[in-house]
Amino acid sequence: MSVAQDIPHVTTAREMGVVGCLRCTQVWPVGTETCGRCGKALVSRDRKSLQRVWAWWIVGFLCYIPANMYPMLQTRTLFQVQQDTIVGGAIELMTHDAVGIALIILFASVVIPLGKFFAVAYLAISVKRRNSASFQQRQMLYEVVEYIGRWSMIDIFVVAIMSSLVQLNTLASINPGPASLFFALSVIFTMLSAQSFDSRMIWDVQSDAAGED
Amino acid sequence: MDHRLPPQPVTDLIVCPHCDAAYRLQRPTHGERAVCVRCHTVLISPRAKAGLQIIAVSIAIVVLVIAATVFPFLTIKAAGNTNSVSILDAALAFSDGPLIALALSTAALIIFIPLLRVLLALYVLIPVVLDRMPAKGARQAFRLAEALRPWSMAEIFAIGCAVALIKLTDLADVTFGPAFWIFAILVVLVVAQDRFMCRWTVWKSLDGLRK
Repeated sequence: MSVAQDIPHVTTAREMGVVGCLRCTQVWPVGTETCGRCGKALVSRDRKSLQRVWAWWIVGFLCYIPANMYPMLQTRTLFQVQQDTIVGGAIELMTHDAVGIALIILFASVVIPLGKFFAVAYLAISVKRRNSASFQQRQMLYEVVEYIGRWSMIDIFVVAIMSSLVQLNTLASINPGPASLFFALSVIFTMLSAQSFDSRMIWDVQSDAAGED
Repeated sequence: MDHRLPPQPVTDLIVCPHCDAAYRLQRPTHGERAVCVRCHTVLISPRAKAGLQIIAVSIAIVVLVIAATVFPFLTIKAAGNTNSVSILDAALAFSDGPLIALALSTAALIIFIPLLRVLLALYVLIPVVLDRMPAKGARQAFRLAEALRPWSMAEIFAIGCAVALIKLTDLADVTFGPAFWIFAILVVLVVAQDRFMCRWTVWKSLDGLRK
């Protein structure tokens, strides 16, 4: 198995009449309901997986809209109160010549979340339509989405650090805005959406095509 | 097949959890890795003395987490005003009104979940490394530790610190407290502890305990 030769077709567990536990990888005969080692429910293919993916996806997207409309940060200085949304704050930083930081914020809070919505939707639709676009690329896309999703929380942590640190009596204070709550919820829901996806379905088209030959 | 018998595990096969490819089980030796040929998922990656290393790193993490939450983390100075905060203060910044939920989850993501995962790993691994029977409820403990894996975000908080510091340097003087450096070491250890662990080997070692 560790011998690195590129075999295009492999025998799947489903073809062999067994099912592997997704949590502890113990193998059981098909029909076994729960894994005797770790207790996870065993399914050869999770038919309800796509429903859960879409449910979390929609909730996550609904939270992403107010996350961009309400202010993320409220900065109060001696004479003025300023409220910044995510994108507004990044533009503000750019005008202050902090282009690098503005790009990090834009990347973590806009590009990654939107990219994730597109990527998860694409994966779910491609599996539903039994698309045969490159399996390895889609598997890689799925792993990237799973890995990178957590990093969107960075903006929440920045807000947390700034608003606890900048509490300088009358001089200046920074407080979190309502968008922070919606943004955090959106990140959590999209993480759950990606976790619900059963990536074994990506590969089924390949195995089925091999079976018909 | 008689369905009244409890099903027996198929122990000579291993199945890739990502693409469902089945392979004849052949345990790699230390330093080798078993990789799925179809989707390149790492299935088994045993390391020599991994158990002891993980336990040592885990104990270090527990000590450092406690130190990092007690000492001041960052200090800000501007026009005669000073404010010092600990990591717990930073996590609990969202503490008014409905944002309290966010404060509690932030504290969990950056301190409590990483700490809990390390404690669970110690509970599971210490008896295994000492060649004893797995601890009571070791499987449930390891299950919980694995389920919490994506929700342990200490390293993301560390990058968040860097961004916040650069954003604030224009506004005021920011100095690092001892907890900042402790936290920096902590992040490296948390990531290392996670990388050292071969899930397959741990589950295999919990096999001895049949309910």
